[in-house]
Amino acid sequence: MKLITHNMLTSKCLKGVITGYPLAITATVVKVSEVEYNPEFISRIIPKLDWEVLWKAADSIGHNEGLPPTIDPKFEDNEEFLRKAHKVLLEVEVEEGYLTCPESGRQFPITKGIPNMLLTEAEVQ
Amino acid sequence: METPKQNHIDKNDFDHVYEPAEDSYLLIDALEKDLQYLKSKNPTFCLEVGSGSGIVITAFGMAFPKTVCFSTDINFKACSMSKSTALQNKVMLETINMDLGSCFIGNKFDVILFNPPYVVTDSDECGSCDITASWAGGIKGREVTDRMLDLIPKILTVDGTFYLLLIEDNIPNEVISIMADYGFNSDIVIKRRVRNECQLVVKFFQDKNI
Ligand SMILES: C[S@@+](CC[C@H](N)C(=O)[O-])C[C@H]1O[C@@H](n2cnc3c(N)ncnc32)[C@H](O)[C@@H]1O
Repeated sequence: MKLITHNMLTSKCLKGVITGYPLAITATVVKVSEVEYNPEFISRIIPKLDWEVLWKAADSIGHNEGLPPTIDPKFEDNEEFLRKAHKVLLEVEVEEGYLTCPESGRQFPITKGIPNMLLTEAEVQ
Repeated sequence: METPKQNHIDKNDFDHVYEPAEDSYLLIDALEKDLQYLKSKNPTFCLEVGSGSGIVITAFGMAFPKTVCFSTDINFKACSMSKSTALQNKVMLETINMDLGSCFIGNKFDVILFNPPYVVTDSDECGSCDITASWAGGIKGREVTDRMLDLIPKILTVDGTFYLLLIEDNIPNEVISIMADYGFNSDIVIKRRVRNECQLVVKFFQDKNI
């Protein structure tokens, strides 16, 4: 699971949970794999994300890579920033661990890089 | 559009994961037919729900290298096969073991694809997490599809497009009218007769200009 995915996941489908966002990450295995850098691609993704959630997630697993906690308004022209964002969003992957719902404490395991967000019938809203 | 390589897959794995069939290729052909439209949309995020072997989303990713691709499946073995199919074809794909798209935050996906379990079966056959989930569709073969329709307005972007494969038994006109109630226009992109079954791909979108 890349951090871009974490940015889009919620546990609000759980009964009684209101926002379920962001999920906390506990990573036991983190992998960093090389992905081709494309500034245009990364610049397009950034405005569509919750930056604060991304930064805190990256920091919580020890991979903030020196990214600033807030986005610079002219980030498109800042190559150093874009390269770091690229790394955090696309290269860092949680292979094993779990996600935790901020409201209920329900844990969702991550196995071989695949988060398991399945709920039992009794847990669904 | 190019067909993804599948020679990394052990044939025995298709005992547990839906093997690409006419319906899978019809969905790819529908995307190919709509390529100019899709290119003009320049999608940032694409999601395939129920990706099975991963062939459809991988074909999409190969044609749209600037789109970030996501897939879900209720069957863990399908998730892992989707991931490896993407990797073998050098497509970056994020895979989540999830019921439909129920755990995504609001309105992020520009394109959503779904080749659902569409076979008419008893209700109790529907809802498993194994190979049965690849075909068992319950009443009218629509029980899973109808739950997905309900999710579309919540996870598709306002100018996004949803591609759905149906068979005639699913009563496509009913699906079109459910989506019209949610404010979506529709278009039949492609239709094909396969043995005794008529399969079609319908696209749904909210903007006025096609
Ligand atoms: C007809 S197969 C299509 C597989 C693949 N997309 C293709 O076209 O070859 C339907 C897929 O949907 C998955 N599925 C069924 N119900 C689901 C659900 N509620 N949530 C997510 N995936 C589901 C099945 O496991 C299966 O992989």
